[in-house]
Amino acid sequence: MVEQVAQMVVHGEAWTIKDLFVLPNEYVYWSIQIVMYPYMTGLVAGAFVLSSLYHVFNVERLKEIARYALVFSFALLPVAMMPLMLHLMQPLRGIHVLMTPHFTSAISAFGIVFMTYACIVAAEIWFVYRKFIVESVHRLNNKQDRSGLESLLLPIYKVISLGAMDISKEALDSDHKAVKFLAALGIPVACFLHGYAGFIFGSVKANALWMTPLMPVIFICSAVVSGIALCIVSYYIFMEIRKWAAKRGKNWLLPDALAQGGTAIPVEQLRSIQEHEVKMTSKYLLIFMTAAITLEILDMIFRGYTAVKSWDALRMVIYEHDFMKIFVYQYGLGNFLPFLLLLVPGLSTRRAVIASILVLFGVFMMRWNVVIGGQAFSLTFAGFMEYHLPIIPHDIETFKEGLGGMLSVIFAPFIIFYFLNMIFPAFMSDDEAH
Amino acid sequence: MKRRDFLKNTAVFVAGASVSVSALDFITPKELFAANPQLKWGFLVDTHKCVGCGFCVKACKTENDIPFEANVTRTWVERYVIKKDGDVVMDSPKGARDGFTTKLLDQNHSGMTLVPENEIAQAFFVPKLCNHCTTPACVQVCPVGATYQTADGVVLVDRSWCIGCGYCIMGCPYGVRFFHPVEHVADKCTFCYHRISKGGDTACAQACPFDARQIGNLKDPNDPVAQAVLNQRVGVLRDEYGTKPNVYYIGLNKEVR
Ligand code: SF4
Ligand code: SF4
Repeated sequence: MVEQVAQMVVHGEAWTIKDLFVLPNEYVYWSIQIVMYPYMTGLVAGAFVLSSLYHVFNVERLKEIARYALVFSFALLPVAMMPLMLHLMQPLRGIHVLMTPHFTSAISAFGIVFMTYACIVAAEIWFVYRKFIVESVHRLNNKQDRSGLESLLLPIYKVISLGAMDISKEALDSDHKAVKFLAALGIPVACFLHGYAGFIFGSVKANALWMTPLMPVIFICSAVVSGIALCIVSYYIFMEIRKWAAKRGKNWLLPDALAQGGTAIPVEQLRSIQEHEVKMTSKYLLIFMTAAITLEILDMIFRGYTAVKSWDALRMVIYEHDFMKIFVYQYGLGNFLPFLLLLVPGLSTRRAVIASILVLFGVFMMRWNVVIGGQAFSLTFAGFMEYHLPIIPHDIETFKEGLGGMLSVIFAPFIIFYFLNMIFPAFMSDDEAH
Repeated sequence: MKRRDFLKNTAVFVAGASVSVSALDFITPKELFAANPQLKWGFLVDTHKCVGCGFCVKACKTENDIPFEANVTRTWVERYVIKKDGDVVMDSPKGARDGFTTKLLDQNHSGMTLVPENEIAQAFFVPKLCNHCTTPACVQVCPVGATYQTADGVVLVDRSWCIGCGYCIMGCPYGVRFFHPVEHVADKCTFCYHRISKGGDTACAQACPFDARQIGNLKDPNDPVAQAVLNQRVGVLRDEYGTKPNVYYIGLNKEVR
């Protein structure tokens, strides 16, 4: 009996509600993890672009947040793959993508672009922190009584220094050049990476909502927007924690202070850095937001104007079924409101952060509306499907593709960042650093 | 190691690795399967003959080990009721596994609906299955090549290699693909390749009491299917996607999508 019941569980059935005429095999197959996947890759790409603004275009004012954004985008990297893995029906075979790349498939090429990108980010971090790594090796080597953490860090630094111990002026200068080069190279690759995520959807010709060449561009713009917004929010939060910890001398919350063995920066200074960086960054956020919103609205107008056969079904989904999600949550709360908040003069740090949180929400809703909205109608355009996010899991599938899986993906980068921050202090204040 | 050396070594490693990666997988399934240029499988559905008994669906499920109770199926039958005012109501309860036993139409969440007899302009049944497209969207998008096309035109899934990403399910314009509830890999109609390649008939065609389904060789001018495709007015589904389907329909209404 148990076996019989288990056999009846069809992938997608647990969260799909069908209405009117829907083909027997149609379900919402791409659920929350596929919403998370372009969202997370978008964050990675966006954070990297933010960090490159300083390195490539010498936007001096973004110096502090640039280093942070770089380390944070590295922490986000492994998480960008996580939703894909969580969503595969055969996760252990994920490696097949690299073993038998099938180049007519967008997902297949994605693996290669992703690896290239990961190498660029890793290399850039290495060059940015090389001086620090070498200094740390010396400092920790000379120290007599190393703490547990320090004796753990020493071998790590020794390994990642890759034996390049030269920190003469010339060597550092060429480091600097390398950083600049990698940051510049990283921008197109980051855009490509995310454009590819858009291509995965845009190239599905069977799906009327996804099938547009604009998809990759729309994805890139909103990716940069979400990446910058996340950097603002998380930077703000981490700085708050640092201020709180600095006041009380709680070093365990200041991994970089722990790692550097130094004392924390005074609270006042922290506050002014935080304010400066948050406000400056939100200016750039505004620019990219304008581009992203314009493109999305253009796409919608174009579809309505040309109104091909599928428009009848699309209109139903956009204006009726998903009205709240698209116009209220995505455009209203996620775009329009933060736009106003950022535009009104006298921007305070707090207002910038609230606006950024709304932007993050808006971009998430955009991903949701694309991925879930795209599957909301049957291929015959005769019926509709509704996706119900599984909240309480009753098996591994409803966990992975439900709220639990979603939260794991959201929190993972912060956990990774916490440890990464010990090795590469993202808030390091070093005037000579790049 | 000097930094320059390190960079150089890395470059060499990366270059070397990519060469070995690209050396993998360049044997296409077409080369693997002894090419038989005289054979191309095609399928003929005569909608005039289909009565919606669902024997084909049942036979397919049994033949191909698709759990009987599961709400997925390799082939199904749709019922169309076209009203005098032009409205179309359709249904396919459980893929018509048990046939159509009531005049009520299953509208899923909206419940059952009845079209009064005096409002009906025409009503008919349409069996569906994988079209074994000549340029299959599913083969194009599969990231690992687990979905492939044989030399005689049949599109198959390698169960041991599919990673279960669902890209092919999204890519197929006909909604014929699904995840097998037990194997947890992509699945769909195979034209009963295990039977036809040994000279047999597909399970559904064999089970059909009215000869509404037929499989044949499109390259053989004497084959009844090839003859029908050549000499009769036949249609295919969703031609606009450019997949060039190989399932032909006699008596296809424009309402059928
Ligand atoms: S009908 Fe769908 S599954 Fe069958 S070959 Fe065509 S695209 Fe592939
Ligand atoms: S689900 Fe399997 S067969 Fe389909 S595209 Fe993914 S790997 Fe290929």
